[in-house]
Amino acid sequence: MKKHNFLHKHQKTLAPLLSLVLIILVTASVTPGFLSIQMVDGHLFGSLLDILHRATPTALVALGMAVVIGTRGIDLSVGAVIAISGAVTAVLTVNTDWPVWLVIVCALGVGMLCGLWNGILVSVFSIQPIVATLILMVAGRGIAQMITEGQIVTFHSEVLDAIGNGYFLAFPIRVWIAIGMIVLTLVVMRKTALGLFIEAVGANVRASRLMGIEARLLVLSAYVFSGFCAALSGIILAADIRGADANNAGLWLELDAILAVVLAGASLAGGRIYLLLTIVGVLIIQTLTTAILTSGLPAQYNLVVKATIILAVLLIQSPKTRQWISGFFTKKQNAGKDSVGKNSVGKNSTDKGSAKV
Amino acid sequence: MINERNLPILATLLVFILLYGFGVYEYKGFRDTLVFSNLLTDNAFLIITAIGMTFVILSGGIDLSVGSMIAFIGVLMAYLISNTGMHPLFAIGIALVVGVAFGAAMGVIIAFFEIQAFIVTLAGMFLFRGLAYLINLDAVPIDHPFISGLYDIYLPLPGRGGLTFIAMAMLVLLAIGILIARRTRFGMSVYALGGDSHSAALLGVPVKKTIIKIYALSGFYSAMSGVIFAIYTGSAYPLAAVGVELDAIAAVVIGGTLLTGGVGYVFGTFLGGMIQGIIQTLITFDGSLNSWWTKLAVGGLLLFFILLQKGIVVWVKKRSAS
Repeated sequence: MKKHNFLHKHQKTLAPLLSLVLIILVTASVTPGFLSIQMVDGHLFGSLLDILHRATPTALVALGMAVVIGTRGIDLSVGAVIAISGAVTAVLTVNTDWPVWLVIVCALGVGMLCGLWNGILVSVFSIQPIVATLILMVAGRGIAQMITEGQIVTFHSEVLDAIGNGYFLAFPIRVWIAIGMIVLTLVVMRKTALGLFIEAVGANVRASRLMGIEARLLVLSAYVFSGFCAALSGIILAADIRGADANNAGLWLELDAILAVVLAGASLAGGRIYLLLTIVGVLIIQTLTTAILTSGLPAQYNLVVKATIILAVLLIQSPKTRQWISGFFTKKQNAGKDSVGKNSVGKNSTDKGSAKV
Repeated sequence: MINERNLPILATLLVFILLYGFGVYEYKGFRDTLVFSNLLTDNAFLIITAIGMTFVILSGGIDLSVGSMIAFIGVLMAYLISNTGMHPLFAIGIALVVGVAFGAAMGVIIAFFEIQAFIVTLAGMFLFRGLAYLINLDAVPIDHPFISGLYDIYLPLPGRGGLTFIAMAMLVLLAIGILIARRTRFGMSVYALGGDSHSAALLGVPVKKTIIKIYALSGFYSAMSGVIFAIYTGSAYPLAAVGVELDAIAAVVIGGTLLTGGVGYVFGTFLGGMIQGIIQTLITFDGSLNSWWTKLAVGGLLLFFILLQKGIVVWVKKRSAS
């Protein structure tokens, strides 16, 4: 009985985790050696590590996205911010003698400025988040191209190389950076009242204002945080390829990040976010991608499989589906009595559908 | 007295006239009808997509799948024509049916599973792009006398310009869009839904049916855009029209439609698409400006129109309060 309660209570938590485990197990059964991890020159190697390595930029962006979605917002501009911060990193490294830390601080600062811009539009001018961030999404890549003057700027820096592809304690450095950010965010969001406030603002702005929460400032800082995360991701992506590509850096990353947050069970309507599950969501998406690539399936199947699985997960997670399934079971019990069977079930679901209208 | 609801579209018209006037004033070649007719032809596929998007946004939704749909439809057409030897007219028919079916399917998921349009059409965007890759990985030419015949249809205008088939098709689809929005029960339902879905339901609007029809219509318009794009380029490419969904949304917003839904005109969307085209043309005429100025200019215009709409809404509220 206790076990049943546990399952019921953690239904939402378990769904993404089980999906991840299932995807890993299925892939491992198809692809031999998928689970194997080797130690080479003090570095860990293997498909699972490759997934962590590749998931890092998306995970960072998704972290910021989760906080923004918690305030009932959305940040479409993260891809553009990645391009901008990458461009700043590359141009400053190439054109100045500044120490690397200063370059990184500048790139992060520019990202936070972008976030501030979004935040001001959303919280001061109360423009819908999707519209407000659309502006920077459209214009941002133009800004990045302006910074790089339309070129793909390549650079060389040992510190940045290490950030992109280096190792520390057998793990990729960028994975350590991501872990650090995740822990920091978790501590701030869960051990201080800030997380509670953000979810309160997302759930009901007016009520939270009555409680004395400075909603505007909170929303503003959520977007600044998202800008910071995107900039960090942009630095890592630029460091990875040792160059800044204003057109393609972080392309579609915002969509993967939003998907990860939604796969984690958060509603785009705000109010409840799951930071660790968001990371699980990112890992699901990245594992899918890597699995398709390593399973020998042609790469062109990637998008179709990804889209189909995501649609399936969304449909299963939809409260409506659960309602229908539970309706199905209760109806079945009744149906056993008057032996109407499946017909009445179909009718029941359509009735429910139209009843709400 | 001007109705404040019409202010955004009037502002759009003013921006359009100012930009065009600037072009005529600054560059000699701009006066020729050729520039205008090229604007119609070159931006036809964007405007057609944006017309469908207008209905979606009027209802308070969003459709991110349109760019992928254009690519998918193009590749599908190319496959049907060159691999099965089908007549292009049938291929176009099948492509349109497929587009409407996929749009309607997304509408069903949005309406019946109550998952947000944003995320459903996002999955649709991945799916259609993926399907395009499955059919074909490379760019393929669409060689058929019928297609090139369509491309060659030309109605000369005074001056050097003239209406191409592509431009005419766009204008016809625009007229149909305006009629649907203003003269049909479905159009009224779309506006009602975007104004307030709850009271729309109370007023007897069939909410779920209307949502399905809206996304089917958007599917039709983006599929049509895919057909036009294939005729325009004479080829199909799975990476075609990447990012067009954003240009289309921008066209709708610059055209004066409120992104919260309920307020806006299909004709405004036409102007919004033309304004993006003019900015591009002006930058080409200037010659010294880089193409990224287009993105900055469109971003700036978006901001301007959003703030304008915001200002109008605040102003109207204040006036009705006093």
